[in-house]
Amino acid sequence: MEWLRSLILPAQGSPYAAQVDTFYMFLVWLSVFFFLLIAGVAVYSVIRFRHKPGDVTPHWTHNNKLEFAWTVIPLAILMVIFVWGVKGYMEAAVPPGDAQEIRVTAKKWVWQFEYPDGTRAINELHVQVNKPVKFVMSSEDVIHDFFVVDMRVKHDILPDRYTEIWFNPTVVGKHHFECAEYCGRGHSDMGGTLYVDDDASYQKWLETGGVDASIPLDKLGSMLYESKGCSSCHTIDGSPSQGPSWKGVFGHPVQLSDGRTVIADENYIRESILVSGAKIVKGYDNIMPVFQGVLRQREVDGLVAYIKTLGNK
Amino acid sequence: MADVISAPFHAGTTPVERRNYLTEPKGLWSWLTTVDHKRIGIMYLISVMAFFLVGGIFALLIRLSLFDPSHVILGHKMLDAETYNKVFTMHGVIMVFLFIIPSIPAALGNFVLPMMLGAKDVAFPRLNLASFYIYWAGAALAMVAIVTGGVDTGWTFYTPYSTSTDTSVAWMAMGIFIAGFSSIFTGLNFIATIHKLRAPGMGWFDMPLFCWGMYATALMQVLATPVLAITLLLMTIERLFRIGIFDASLGGDPVLFQHFFWFYSHPAVYIMIVPGMAIVSEIIPVFSRKTIFGYRMIAFSSIGIALIGFLVWGHHMFVAGQSQTAVVVFSFLTFLVAIPSAIKVWNWLATMYHGSITLETPMLYAISFILLFTIGGLTGVFLGALSIDVHLTDTYFVVAHFHYVMMGGTVMGFLGGLHYWWPKITGRMYHERLGQIAAALVFIGFNATFFPQFIMGGQGMPRRYYNYLPQFQPMHAFSTVGSWIIGAGLFLTLGYLLASLRKPYDAPDNPWGGKTMEWQTQSPPLTENFEVQPVATHGPYDYFPVGTH
Repeated sequence: MEWLRSLILPAQGSPYAAQVDTFYMFLVWLSVFFFLLIAGVAVYSVIRFRHKPGDVTPHWTHNNKLEFAWTVIPLAILMVIFVWGVKGYMEAAVPPGDAQEIRVTAKKWVWQFEYPDGTRAINELHVQVNKPVKFVMSSEDVIHDFFVVDMRVKHDILPDRYTEIWFNPTVVGKHHFECAEYCGRGHSDMGGTLYVDDDASYQKWLETGGVDASIPLDKLGSMLYESKGCSSCHTIDGSPSQGPSWKGVFGHPVQLSDGRTVIADENYIRESILVSGAKIVKGYDNIMPVFQGVLRQREVDGLVAYIKTLGNK
Repeated sequence: MADVISAPFHAGTTPVERRNYLTEPKGLWSWLTTVDHKRIGIMYLISVMAFFLVGGIFALLIRLSLFDPSHVILGHKMLDAETYNKVFTMHGVIMVFLFIIPSIPAALGNFVLPMMLGAKDVAFPRLNLASFYIYWAGAALAMVAIVTGGVDTGWTFYTPYSTSTDTSVAWMAMGIFIAGFSSIFTGLNFIATIHKLRAPGMGWFDMPLFCWGMYATALMQVLATPVLAITLLLMTIERLFRIGIFDASLGGDPVLFQHFFWFYSHPAVYIMIVPGMAIVSEIIPVFSRKTIFGYRMIAFSSIGIALIGFLVWGHHMFVAGQSQTAVVVFSFLTFLVAIPSAIKVWNWLATMYHGSITLETPMLYAISFILLFTIGGLTGVFLGALSIDVHLTDTYFVVAHFHYVMMGGTVMGFLGGLHYWWPKITGRMYHERLGQIAAALVFIGFNATFFPQFIMGGQGMPRRYYNYLPQFQPMHAFSTVGSWIIGAGLFLTLGYLLASLRKPYDAPDNPWGGKTMEWQTQSPPLTENFEVQPVATHGPYDYFPVGTH
């Protein structure tokens, strides 16, 4: 029945996901059985007992044994399902002691991940294959929810406490994660890619942040525009959004909310990325995360170069 | 012992013009100031149908926008993300608070409950009229919220989003706050009416099962709705005066809001579905021409649902941040509440078995209810099972599940009841064949719309998403086409129901051969319902030959 499972459920990224799917498929078949039973009796009755003139129907008011049976049998089945569900839930609730810890900060509408060695990443998550990993999560504004589809885990992320999930990634490759608790305009764009890396490429990623030195700066900038979440709030075609559009900014005067006007040069762009609250463009709120310590020098260079190309158009 | 059958109705048997509640007293003012439960029921009916139309148009817009991930249909951009968020919020708020909750109790229940009990009116007729105007006061504030920018919180108003967004949340919350009182008043009225105004000879277990359903619903309305009122009031106070109750940045707790909200809103789910079950319990025996099977079990299961329904709110919050012990306890209680619903389904099937079944429109809707509610119930088992709920919660699976219960259940029950009592309410028969075609369209369209959403949810498509991954496009498109089929069925229904009103009275007093008391008076009834006080001489579903009882 693997064909049906793969048709109605996503890829499995962990042994736990496979367990959940086994349970899910059990419920699917149980539901099919009961639906066919109920629909079968209804359809049979409609066909077999259609009204005919002179019909006389039996006066059956109740039957205690029958009614007891159809109360107790479903109850027993439901109790099995209850226990099965609790078993899986408990397993998902308790991370192994040696799980690596990644700190997750959710904010409208970006994900920030911080590794034990201080490495930080936005909307892009790298984990090592076959190493259980635990996420300690909190929100900087409203409620979000970290949903890693292929791992079959999710949990809400709250502004006033830490919540946790964990999984043991066993399948190398790309998986998707997303926000599952409604958080406003950018809710459906608040997703990213989970890379389950083999040991060598995970170490390489931690060292370089995944930036390949051979990519030209402006090309790197346009990739970071998507992967670091800039595109959630900044457009490149001049249309308005949560933040100012990048089109035609570079080299032009920018009016600030405190009344000053500055020229958008390299230093202005660099400061606006790293310490976003330092100068707020008139008409916008101070909502952008601080990228100081998140972006590497070459990444900042790349973004500046990319914004430059948009300014010249 | 056996039940003898009266033949199904054939049009044209008793077209008589008689004195009735519709025509006297005359004039708009006499309607607006009426204390007649039937007229108030009709005013409610028109109101809830109007909001059903508005909420339905929002639903069609949502589906149209999701037809393609580009949101472009025939060269036109449908909705932007902010508008989309407002449209799904208003669809939810209008459907839940202004359509479904009042639909069966306040509109149909108001009309038939006193007649089923053999009473002249409800226990407190003026409170009944007050309930109607309070409903409209609440609805008016909700309309103010919509025209002053709308609301983008989702119908659940989760904090701190709802206390930080700059949309018209306070207007909407106050609208729902006020509309809640109309629901409480209706509930109070029904409890008193059922206790005090049953006809001579009608004990509790001689009442039609619809009355048991209304009684269970009324208990929940009276006990749960005040909690919603308190919750929305606290949220509004926090929003307007920055007093920290739910907002973490002010020292409050956002999970507390969810506990409060679902303490009302889970019973509210039963406030919505139990009346639908109550209607099905009337329609099935009448169109099977056979006594109801397991009367007491159906009656007690309504009360059981009302009681256990108060103890399962935490199942909306399995991943929301409540304690793991609470999660396990709520899962257990959730499985318990499934049992009374399952019992009803078995009893309906046993009633149909060996019946003498005809498939007029009300029966088609009742059978639709059984099939769709079964799917809604079985998928509820998935969501009650903890490890599976963690994967499915906040996805389209949940969206599909509650639409199978709320629309496949309650709305099918409402439409079944509307057709069942239409001859009594209006004195006219609707076009039967068109009714059957419309019921089939609604059934097919409903499944086409919502069944794919189970699969999308299982595959990880989150709810309340404006943009979605391209892999979901075919199923979203299919779902959208389904919504057009539902729309066609419902507009057809509106058409033939309105057309029937142009005819002279042509409905017999008892077109379906019902045994309950509302069928013993004329169609449409007198203002005082019965010429003489009826006396209960037989059970509500006794298909006995007269004299052999």
